[in-house]
Amino acid sequence: MPHRTFFWFFFPSGLAMLLFIGLPIISSFFQSLHIEPEQILMEVEKCDPFGCKTETKVDIEATTKLQEEQPLGRFNGLGTYGDRNHLAFDEIKEAWTNSSSIAEFTDTLLNLPFYKALLFTLTFCFAVTPPVVVLGFIVALSVNTITKSLKGPTIFGVILPMIVTPLIGSLVLFWMIDAKGILGSFIQFLFDDPNLSLKSSSQLTWITLIIYGIWHNTPFAFVVFYAALQTVPQDPIEAAIIDGASRYERVRHIVIPHLYPVATFIILICLMDNFRVLEPIIGFAAEGVAQSLSWMIYNDLRSENKMLFGSAGATSMLTIIGVAILLTPVLIRTWREFRTER
Amino acid sequence: MESKINRYSKQLILINSFFILAWLIISVFPFIWTFWGSFKVKADFFSRADWMFAVTGVNTLIETGDTSTVKAYVESWTEGEFWKATMNTIIITVSVVTISLFLGTLGAYALSRSTYKYTFWILIAALIFRAMPHITLVSGYLFPFFQLNVWGILPTTIIVLVAINQPFTLWLLYSFFKTVPKELDESALIDGCSYFQAFRFVIMPVMWPGVVTAGLFSMMLAYNDFTVTSLLLNQQNYTMVPKINAYLGTIEHSGNYMWAVSSVVSATAPLFMIIMFFQRQLISGLTAGAVKG
Repeated sequence: MPHRTFFWFFFPSGLAMLLFIGLPIISSFFQSLHIEPEQILMEVEKCDPFGCKTETKVDIEATTKLQEEQPLGRFNGLGTYGDRNHLAFDEIKEAWTNSSSIAEFTDTLLNLPFYKALLFTLTFCFAVTPPVVVLGFIVALSVNTITKSLKGPTIFGVILPMIVTPLIGSLVLFWMIDAKGILGSFIQFLFDDPNLSLKSSSQLTWITLIIYGIWHNTPFAFVVFYAALQTVPQDPIEAAIIDGASRYERVRHIVIPHLYPVATFIILICLMDNFRVLEPIIGFAAEGVAQSLSWMIYNDLRSENKMLFGSAGATSMLTIIGVAILLTPVLIRTWREFRTER
Repeated sequence: MESKINRYSKQLILINSFFILAWLIISVFPFIWTFWGSFKVKADFFSRADWMFAVTGVNTLIETGDTSTVKAYVESWTEGEFWKATMNTIIITVSVVTISLFLGTLGAYALSRSTYKYTFWILIAALIFRAMPHITLVSGYLFPFFQLNVWGILPTTIIVLVAINQPFTLWLLYSFFKTVPKELDESALIDGCSYFQAFRFVIMPVMWPGVVTAGLFSMMLAYNDFTVTSLLLNQQNYTMVPKINAYLGTIEHSGNYMWAVSSVVSATAPLFMIIMFFQRQLISGLTAGAVKG
């Protein structure tokens, strides 16, 4: 296809991506270099029958004027990246010199907002992914063995958790897990503790979120494994049967090796998707104990009158770096695939 | 292809059936429970006394005179203005699917037929774009949108969702067009068609299976989106998902919590219907690119 034709065919799609994916990243970076203007304070003398007092008040007029002049705030360089809510260099240095043990230091470190969020995000990613792969594989194997007429409805049932949006999925589970809901009361009954609530401690909330993550992501692994199972060559399996291999041995030595590449694909996609975890935290109302990087950005942008563009931009940039690290293996894989195709 | 020697033993079938049944319950039961509970009052759905209340509807009987009630539905659709959210969702979903398929088919067709090296780099860029967390993009939009005064309205959100959706649509349709034999449109070119005519008269009639799959995914993205819609739309223009979140956020007056429960059912039901019809396309789309491995 000549360059000209290609250009006109691709132009609308490319323009949309450039304007609304490429530019926002740059805009985010630009925002992260700025910081919101401080509110201008003024002293007002307030008099009532009992005497006069001076009060400090926000000079709204001057603040608005300043905001109009510099809507993005003043230039702050990379300052936002180093502040307490992000990489917190000063606090880390201080903690390093003041802490008596490594445990104390990690404790201080993990109480800083950014590191706390990073810890949760990574824990979530790496706790959810392995069970998802294993369960997805087992479910795919067993769906593959059932009668053909039942397969359609079964698959439909199995993929439901993946279809609903994470917010709705987590709400549906949250309502059941609630101390007054069916699962919540069941758990209380099981442990014989009428005050037990999954919301009560941060560990339990984390576990709940991770269980939700597994519930939501397993269908994806299932679907991909299921499709891959259809491509397993039959000849080696029949040969193995003739040689007397048990079912377990056949799965272990023929099916699993065949599915390795698919498994890496699932792992990478799963890690990447869970790195942006946000909706479950909102759905489970777990903001207090579990914050993710995405949630930090969301929180900065949520308040309608004072959005912290600088802070949100800086967290976005740091998140993108995280995604880039996770993405590298995928890119290498795609690169190889393209090479072999040519 | 079942060979005779590969038959399953009775035990295995039994264990297997149990496992599948258990798994089905895990994945489906929460939805059935919510569906059932949406016809009860809050005192039943969140019952401290006995969870069986949610099944039998004791408090619902006391409060409304019947064991099930559609009060939450009626109220959320009228007083809660869920009809408006539904309208907005329909507008956004239909527009996003149409526009992104239009842009996506053209772009993907070009990508699949060009032999130059830059197509590879475009696809890699699309892959990188696809991995960007949506919230980081939203943080980049807000400020310029405020300055341009386009924040809060539906068209902005539609364009943003179309753009966010492009990378995946491009990849999906690219791998689909690769399976359409090149000879088909090449012969049309030899017969004197322009590229656009070849696309219009030769490719378009055969591209529908791929388009349906891509459309399904665009639909799910637009319908399910929370991050973009909740931050880029103003309260009046909220779609269903942020609306449900808003019900939870408001101070709990009597029925409000049940509004959210009933709205969850209202929002998921149409989605499930559509997936039931297009399950095959959905699965083929999810596995495109993965199985080649």
